[in-house]
Amino acid sequence: MNAKTADKVATVVICLFAGIIVLVLLGLLGFILFRGLSHISWDFLTSAPETIKAGGGIGPQLFNSLFLLVLTMLITIPLGLGAGIYMSQYAKPGKVTNSIRLVVEVLSSFPSIVVGLFGLLVFVNIMGIGFSLFSGALALTVFNLPLMVRITEQAMAGVPREQKEASLALGLSRWKTITSVMLPIAMPAIITGTILAAGRVFGEAAALLFTAGMSSPRLDFTDWNPLSPFSPLNPFRPAETLAVHIWKINSEGLAPDAGEIAAGASAVLVLTVLLFNFGARWFGRFMHRKFTATR
Amino acid sequence: MQAPAHTRALIEIDKLNLYYGTFHALKNVSMEIPEKAITAFIGPSGCGKSTLLRTLNRMNDMIAGTRIEGKIAIGGADIYSKEVDVETLRKKVGMVFQQPNPFPKSIYDNVAYGPRLHGISGRKQLDEIVETSLRSAALWEEVKDYLKRSALSLSGGQQQRLCIARALAVEPDVLLMDEATSALDPISTLKIEELAQELKDRYTIVMVTHNMHQAARVSNQTVFFLNGEVVEYAETEKLFSTPRDQRTEDYISGRFG
Ligand SMILES: Nc1ncnc2c1ncn2[C@@H]1O[C@H](COP(=O)(O)OP(=O)(O)OP(=O)(O)O)[C@@H](O)[C@H]1O
Ligand SMILES: [Mg+2]
Repeated sequence: MNAKTADKVATVVICLFAGIIVLVLLGLLGFILFRGLSHISWDFLTSAPETIKAGGGIGPQLFNSLFLLVLTMLITIPLGLGAGIYMSQYAKPGKVTNSIRLVVEVLSSFPSIVVGLFGLLVFVNIMGIGFSLFSGALALTVFNLPLMVRITEQAMAGVPREQKEASLALGLSRWKTITSVMLPIAMPAIITGTILAAGRVFGEAAALLFTAGMSSPRLDFTDWNPLSPFSPLNPFRPAETLAVHIWKINSEGLAPDAGEIAAGASAVLVLTVLLFNFGARWFGRFMHRKFTATR
Repeated sequence: MQAPAHTRALIEIDKLNLYYGTFHALKNVSMEIPEKAITAFIGPSGCGKSTLLRTLNRMNDMIAGTRIEGKIAIGGADIYSKEVDVETLRKKVGMVFQQPNPFPKSIYDNVAYGPRLHGISGRKQLDEIVETSLRSAALWEEVKDYLKRSALSLSGGQQQRLCIARALAVEPDVLLMDEATSALDPISTLKIEELAQELKDRYTIVMVTHNMHQAARVSNQTVFFLNGEVVEYAETEKLFSTPRDQRTEDYISGRFG
């Protein structure tokens, strides 16, 4: 086989595999949406689930997922930004930084069920927080934080050295240079990365089974006092998220329309994650245009 | 070697040695840089011009593994002594880089950046600083109606003058220019050279250039470097008409470099 035919064969094989992957993805997406879309309605999105009757919704679960996302991000963003900035701008390259980086890599590649069990042990039992949104948020932080650190670190490293030097040469301190020149330049990349990370949090189930729990109290959507046990805003109540709900009704749902509910909920989940992804792309482009604007 | 008796020396460099790790980048460099005049550093690539320039505002501090021996005094004060605050030093010794590097902000914000972060917040005061600095950098007439526009919309030459304005806005005494025209077209280059001529009445300018004609055209004093050593420095006219060292003569007559 000469080089030319080898090249042709390789091209065909690669295109074939790429095509198969795209087809599988599209098929999966199409299947989920086809099965679920017809079931989505305003009522479905807002009403509470039913245990044995048909016609239940996913309202509390959707709310739980969003609220958990916000909680997780509230913990992850400041920590991740801080650590990322430290790692990229202050830490001297050496043994310590390298081992921190290694830990970060390992953490982010942990299987989520392991993180879930770790969360059950440490946050739920040892720290005594119990099955709660807060425990769930901490568990999600375990693999979201490394991602956030890496996103920040890379975004900061991507800032042109000339920009940093220009600011330092004006007699500005390192901190002022970071906050007023480097962070604004790195921001589009950080935000895009953060939204993508958020998509992952939104779809996570395994890590939440044993931390945020598999049930919600009867939420009272008129009670917005974060301290009362039935308030949706109480971070210390157990909370079943959308992804966990799908898993649960699929495996042990008693309602006669459990199949449809799971399908509808899956479609909602997939659509939301897609929204995050497209949102991140759109936002990245928007920020890029804004920063290089030649109005 | 005797410094040309142009004006009072503002910067005195005494037996300066600089090492990047084990690499000896500056060897026993001594010179005096006169106040309110233009000093040009010339020499082939890699001979240490930028390195010396960056010791003057301590930008080399950021590079891990650099070591410095000897003394640099600006206005009589040793800039490497323990008491010196690097940020104050850099305010007094401004820098313009080879590639125009305005921030991705508006023209106004680029110039106001330094003063603002150094604590000036009055709108009027900032307006005034921006205008004066842009005027000093010969850019005001071209941009006065577009101050809110992105600095990146300017041409390369305008961007470089904006960077000069940005440096002037924090009221330095010294302006370091590292091949500030090498990325520009001939007309923009000429503008910057004229600008340097005007600025030297108020600032002490040290410029690195690859272009010997530029050094001959604009500078009052020229320093010729080779392999980290100062071969010769003298009043520009003298250095170009009657070089004392054979290597200088070879270089300026284009026999190497
Ligand atoms: N950060 C660094 N680490 C190690 N060596 C360096 C570093 N920066 C510069 N050097 C070396 O020091 C020497 C002088 O570099 P410098 O940049 O000062 O030269 P230059 O005269 O400005 O050259 P050019 O005209 O190409 O800009 C070169 O040999 C260069 O390779
Ligand atoms: Mg150089």
